[in-house]
Amino acid sequence: MYVAVKGGERAIENAHAWLAEERRGDPAVPELSVAQIREQMALAVNRVMAEGSLYDPDLAALAIKQARGDLIEAVFLIRAYRTTLPRFGSSLPVETAQMRCDRRISATFKDAPGGQVLGPTFDYTHRLLDFKLAAEGDVAPAPQAAPQAGPVPHITDFLNRDGLIQTEEQSEEAPPDLTRQPLEFPANRALRLQSLTRGDEGFVLGLAYSTQRGYARNHAFVGELRIGRVAVEMEVPELGFAIQIGEVELTECETVNQFSGSKTEPAQFTRGYGLVFGQTERKAISMALVDRALRWRELGEDNLGAAAQDEEFVLSHCDNIQATGFLEHIKLPHYVDFQSELELVRRLRAEAEAAREAAE
Amino acid sequence: MDRKDWMGLLARAPADILADLWDGLGLSPAYRWLRAPEVGGVMVQGRAGGTGAPFNLGEMTVTRCALTLADGAVGHAYVQGRDKRQAEQAALVDALMQGPEAGRVRGGLLEPLAAQMQARDSTRAAKAAATKVEFFTLVRGDD
Repeated sequence: MYVAVKGGERAIENAHAWLAEERRGDPAVPELSVAQIREQMALAVNRVMAEGSLYDPDLAALAIKQARGDLIEAVFLIRAYRTTLPRFGSSLPVETAQMRCDRRISATFKDAPGGQVLGPTFDYTHRLLDFKLAAEGDVAPAPQAAPQAGPVPHITDFLNRDGLIQTEEQSEEAPPDLTRQPLEFPANRALRLQSLTRGDEGFVLGLAYSTQRGYARNHAFVGELRIGRVAVEMEVPELGFAIQIGEVELTECETVNQFSGSKTEPAQFTRGYGLVFGQTERKAISMALVDRALRWRELGEDNLGAAAQDEEFVLSHCDNIQATGFLEHIKLPHYVDFQSELELVRRLRAEAEAAREAAE
Repeated sequence: MDRKDWMGLLARAPADILADLWDGLGLSPAYRWLRAPEVGGVMVQGRAGGTGAPFNLGEMTVTRCALTLADGAVGHAYVQGRDKRQAEQAALVDALMQGPEAGRVRGGLLEPLAAQMQARDSTRAAKAAATKVEFFTLVRGDD
């Protein structure tokens, strides 16, 4: 029998009131401002922008505060907000060759033109807890040197000149948009890249690591990793020309991968590509490795049955909001579902019992 | 600095710096909205491999508006973020730059704004340059 029930309004209200109090924590401790989160938790903010798929540091910082530091919950808030925004249009593709780089390194060419610029990195730190940070104190200004003039060229351009690396397919076709059309398979590379750049960092990292450990191994070198700011331009119909509408910080990773050639292609290097909002280096490298693994078909490689080669598996599971939405819904009331299961189990047991008694 | 340049500068400007410079101009022209400030999203595109086919990277917030001054000049603004006041000031600057106040707006707002933003970019570039690796080769033994 189905019995409709309602209730719990007061319990829900009180739970949310307690949530607000717990979010604030001990009132004797000063409250965090959104600006403090934006400035001092910048990498969390960047992750929320990347996976929330909306570049707005203030909103991401607010979401982190509201979510009590639960970054997937914060991504959820940003995704929900994003759906309320009217879409003004699409930008022109950003020119990462024109990036004003804070960081730019290559693991393949020591003497790359433009040099190895480390930027504000955790690399080469000792990963020892710094107890000085537990006390407040001023930070000495970072040293400066004469800035280099002009844009820094992509390192893969140099390999390209000798035909040693596969050339990217040229196209000006409008890319599919998974925020507008449901995901369909087979997906093209543009759709895969959109899905990966907003995918969960942990999931994409795990898949990338699996390729390094031998599941569809494609031995990647980081040809180049760069972090910096690029201008975003858009055609504005009422003006009749393109203008800059802002500037975003991006992390770009180009991998150079072994490829011994196929029936149709000579041996040459191939590429994987990662491009992610913010300073999000681990994610960008992971994205490039998974992008490369998913390209097996177009490169004429064998499908080894590895998870990272299966675009349906990767794209259907890399979105942490879809994943957590489905996962967490099972904690919500399923009283009626469960009651029917309970009745089924009881009936099966009764039938089995009756059958045994009849046999005796 | 042409219109494309100043619109880009105004789009990227930090709202507080623009507000200070605008207040410093001491202009308060009468205007009428053609499109009141509206917050929306723009889908930012990248290219596969940095040079190949476009793909959708994610959205950014943008505020836009359009207005007309009493003399009929039309100002447009598309600015990054959700600051409606910044969009209004940017559209006013755009409109004023088409009329007799252009020199005053250029000298009193656009040029100092460009200089401040250039200084900010140069400081970052100088810090990056200080982290450039200088390799040196160790002397190798003979045997």
